[in-house]
Amino acid sequence: MSENTGSSGNIELLNAALATAKAENRAALIAYLPAGFPTVEGGIEAVKAALDGGADVVEVGLPHSDPVLDGPVIQTADDIALRGGVRIADVLRTVREAHTATGKPVLVMTYWNPIDRYGVERFTAELAEAGGAGCILPDLPVEESGLWREHAEKHGLATVFVVAPSSRDARLAKITEAGSGFVYAASLMGVTGTRESVGAQAQDLVRRTRDTPAARRGLPVCVGLGVSNPEQAAEVASFADGVIVGSAFVKRLLDAPDQTAGLAAVRELAGELARGVRSRA
Amino acid sequence: MPSDFFIPDPEGQVPSAEGYFGAFGGKFIPEALVAAVDEVAVEYDKAKADPVFAAELGDLLANYTGRPSALTEVPRFAEHAGGARIFLKREDLNHTGSHKINNVLGQALLTRRMGKTRVIAETGAGQHGVATATACALFGLDCTIYMGEIDTQRQALNVARMRMLGAEVIAVKSGSRTLKDAINEAFRDWVANVEHTHYLFGTVAGPHPFPAMVRDFHRVIGVEAKRQITARAGRLPDAAIACVGGGSNAIGLFHAFIPDTGVRLIGCEPAGHGIESGEHAATLTAGEPGILHGSRSYVLQDEEGQITEPYSISAGLDYPGIGPEHSYLKDVGRGEYIAVTDDDAMQALRLLSRTEGIIPAIESAHALAGALRVGRELGEEGLLLVNLSGRGDKDMDTAARYFGLYDSPEGDAQ
Repeated sequence: MSENTGSSGNIELLNAALATAKAENRAALIAYLPAGFPTVEGGIEAVKAALDGGADVVEVGLPHSDPVLDGPVIQTADDIALRGGVRIADVLRTVREAHTATGKPVLVMTYWNPIDRYGVERFTAELAEAGGAGCILPDLPVEESGLWREHAEKHGLATVFVVAPSSRDARLAKITEAGSGFVYAASLMGVTGTRESVGAQAQDLVRRTRDTPAARRGLPVCVGLGVSNPEQAAEVASFADGVIVGSAFVKRLLDAPDQTAGLAAVRELAGELARGVRSRA
Repeated sequence: MPSDFFIPDPEGQVPSAEGYFGAFGGKFIPEALVAAVDEVAVEYDKAKADPVFAAELGDLLANYTGRPSALTEVPRFAEHAGGARIFLKREDLNHTGSHKINNVLGQALLTRRMGKTRVIAETGAGQHGVATATACALFGLDCTIYMGEIDTQRQALNVARMRMLGAEVIAVKSGSRTLKDAINEAFRDWVANVEHTHYLFGTVAGPHPFPAMVRDFHRVIGVEAKRQITARAGRLPDAAIACVGGGSNAIGLFHAFIPDTGVRLIGCEPAGHGIESGEHAATLTAGEPGILHGSRSYVLQDEEGQITEPYSISAGLDYPGIGPEHSYLKDVGRGEYIAVTDDDAMQALRLLSRTEGIIPAIESAHALAGALRVGRELGEEGLLLVNLSGRGDKDMDTAARYFGLYDSPEGDAQ
């Protein structure tokens, strides 16, 4: 790259992927898988399998020692990845290889401390250089996000904020105004993990979020937490712009007898969910 | 109008409105908790200004906890500290056996004011868990306590006490299976149940307003001690000394002395098997600024922001973080933080037991070991105030194993 600012990240690719889904009158499918799980190479293959199977976007988890917003499934995967010695360089390589192989947008999802410690400038520059599209930082509230957003914007990276059923309308407006790419609407009050059903809370939150100025101008609203099967995906797709699935993918890998079977299971689930988001209930 | 025992920080001092003590503090929490944490801040501000709250809390602290706590001079112990005079602030004599009850009663009243019916808490040594279970029994609140699995084993007596009081105790098996992981699990519970549940946080860490609020509930320790030692010794102490894990008893002792710049404020961190061994929980000595459990402060972490597993013989100090106000006091040079090994703490525990008939908690024994060190520096003219934050009953199994006090299986036959 000849410019001093370095490479630009792929926020536009993310915007385009979500716009395409909308144009096709369906919701986008967004998959989550942690880097380094079950191994760095295995994790890269799993992300590719999810994208090949039908995911429109992938969030690559940067494992953290203290994942306070994750349930047992992702905790277990993070633990395996960290015991395996996963480093931020491995996370960035996962982003690069998944994006290069598929041409699809790849985000990073993590907690704030790893990035704070690594350096905001360094991380955003390297993520953009790896072809990343943006980041989701669920424990970085909008009030503390100024420095991050400055660098993310400079490097062409989306800042995806999370909103929750407990968010009041004024905060929804403030958060969506500061965010880009899409807004992550948590379907329920709780940590990550599969649930029997997606409650009415999700629909109400999406309705209130859509009513914010930023969403009215076109910021997509995607729903995550608890979605694990095609029926739930179809249900959520009926009122949201995107459906985010994490623990269900991780569980397929955890439950598989070997890596080949795990990758096949991830691909299969992505295919089922991709059909789900196309058959809006 | 504050009561004799609820003495929050006067207006106009740190933290800032955003909860910052200099560069430390803040509110790094998921969106799902923002409304609840803000509610705690608003409700605490209202309570702080409400004479009814001060009167209720004051009454509980006087007639249930037993405040003011005694100040005990320990001359036979002090002979081992270069002859300095040493006074112990006896928080071990509070109901439930530690300073923790000061904060717990305040937050339990707040829980009732917020109309919540369930309380969750983390605990390391079990002292905060016992105090919380006690307050929940008193107020008729449902109570769940998260405790690292390792801590449930080494503090089994306190697990039994909590269950006797009607609390559910959940042994946390993730991560290092100690205090840090208990807090993680409590946060997970809170996110899911925040509508009717208050997280009764036990130390001066966590997101704003917890560091300032928990400090305010413990400020009484230093306010009382300052009055008591001035009356007894005729002057302010040369140093106020306390152990620091998360830092609640230390900030409680220190805070009233912050304006008195002649009083050194010395926090004793757990050095475990020694700083150089890597097996310690000396956050201010060996940590770097980072974010853990909702605020920016010193943290034990690697160069990629993964929290490293702490170690201390003391379950209550076995924590890789520290309250943000301590980080601030360290950085501005007002607080001094020294590291005390397991061995030094255990020797101090035995020494106080044998010279004064007071068995301290292993946590508090770290402060006693620090006092021995500082006393020897100061010599006979020295005057030290030490916070005896808790009693040692809960630690008798650990101490008995450490010192070989149990009969061998063969007993006296050998």
